[in-house]
Amino acid sequence: MSKKSKRTKKRYDGRKPDELRPLKIESGVLPHADGSAYIEMGRNKILVGVFGPREMHPKRFSKPNMATLRCRYHMAPFSVDPRRSPAPSRRDNEISMVMRYALEPAVFLERYPRSVIDVYAEILEADGGTRTACINAASVALVDAGIPVRDLVASCAAGKIDGQLVLDLGDYEDKEGDADVPLAYMPKTEQVTLLQMDGILSQEDFNGCVDMAIEGCKQVYEVQREALKKKYGLEEAEAN
Amino acid sequence: MSRNVGIASRLKRNKITEVVASGKRMDGRDLLDYREVKVETGVLEKVEGSAEAYLGKTRVLVGVKFGKGFPFEDTPDKGVLMTNAEFTPIAHATFEPGPPDERSIELARVVDRGLRSAEILDMKKLCLVKGKSVIMVHVDIYVLSYDGNLIDCSALAAIAALKTAKMPVYTVKDEVAKLTKKTKAVKLQKEPLAVSIVKIGDSLLVDPSVDEEEVMDARITVTLDEKGNVCTIQKTGSVGFTRDELKTAVQIAAEKTEELRKNI
Repeated sequence: MSKKSKRTKKRYDGRKPDELRPLKIESGVLPHADGSAYIEMGRNKILVGVFGPREMHPKRFSKPNMATLRCRYHMAPFSVDPRRSPAPSRRDNEISMVMRYALEPAVFLERYPRSVIDVYAEILEADGGTRTACINAASVALVDAGIPVRDLVASCAAGKIDGQLVLDLGDYEDKEGDADVPLAYMPKTEQVTLLQMDGILSQEDFNGCVDMAIEGCKQVYEVQREALKKKYGLEEAEAN
Repeated sequence: MSRNVGIASRLKRNKITEVVASGKRMDGRDLLDYREVKVETGVLEKVEGSAEAYLGKTRVLVGVKFGKGFPFEDTPDKGVLMTNAEFTPIAHATFEPGPPDERSIELARVVDRGLRSAEILDMKKLCLVKGKSVIMVHVDIYVLSYDGNLIDCSALAAIAALKTAKMPVYTVKDEVAKLTKKTKAVKLQKEPLAVSIVKIGDSLLVDPSVDEEEVMDARITVTLDEKGNVCTIQKTGSVGFTRDELKTAVQIAAEKTEELRKNI
């Protein structure tokens, strides 16, 4: 990246093209959830609570051989300007679905037949890339709930604006840019579990975005691990 | 999907996986073969544009209607393009009447993103009176028969319908838009088409049948315009793709969209 950065333009918020927004993750923030996490990714502020594995209602939707993962992506009415209706939109429904698909490959669902694991994401403030931030927090919250996973799912987007490939797009870049590629990745299994794209990209640029987003996910992954270490490392020290 | 199969479909899954691993399909196709593709345009009389697309036994009808309406607050000088999908209960035994479920929402949104990202229409030309009145374009996807691969079929039908649509002409006087009896042909700036690639075991295949969709591990839909630019991507299914698989998928999609393009 050092070679490329010589001829790159600064981004509207002063970041380098391959630089993430400030990222902060905290785990175990909700007293009544089985697992929870709070994430600030740029100006995104998101709380995720995980409940379960628990009995599923209505029962007929439970699966005899594995747990069901249910995700709900929900934006607070005040999270965006102008205010939005609190009722779930088509966009919310679709994001809930892709969130589920992004997290499912990580979770050992087969350990909990007939039960349900609920993942509720509440977007308190939105700043572009909310789905990736939700996945990051949800993955930490699942681990915080003590649910066994194959790996943490880390997520961030890459895209193109002003002819330049950039990492982790903010709201402005998301709306004004040429393209946006949100991606989620499990570093240990090297699998991409979320991939969407919006905009126009050549096949070459698309591959560039995928590579860039995967590198970004690896950075996010470290922050996720730190968040868990911070909570559980302390508990361990206290026990000793 | 792959991991929630019951006992009956475990047999189906094993058989399909076995056949696919050997490079063949249950219906005798090769992994990268489409079923018979058929597109008819102008199938309805009361709409401005219509098309019916068939992929084997999958059948999708798309109607395009134009109307006058209010612009969105954040785009006062642009027309509105809306894509909606309806799963009719006649299309398949598992489709039930009721509000749209996540499958039909996904279908509509993926097709919509393809049209929008490629900027198929110059939305500024659809503005009549800035901030007050614009032309609305409604693309309604109606699934008449479901035998797998609805996204590719719907995207194909949507482009065919839009391409042959005749839009109404309005005259604007004192900030009031009036409908005239004239119509004009719709000019598409791009023609994005979707190709879905399905992963079963370690194999990638295109144009899945309903059985293949039931047992698939994951799916990735790639939409490309006629210049080979990627317009939209959507991955679904509870298994991940490796970086190499993604690159192969985009290549396959680039070749297959060219093949599909011959039908419109």
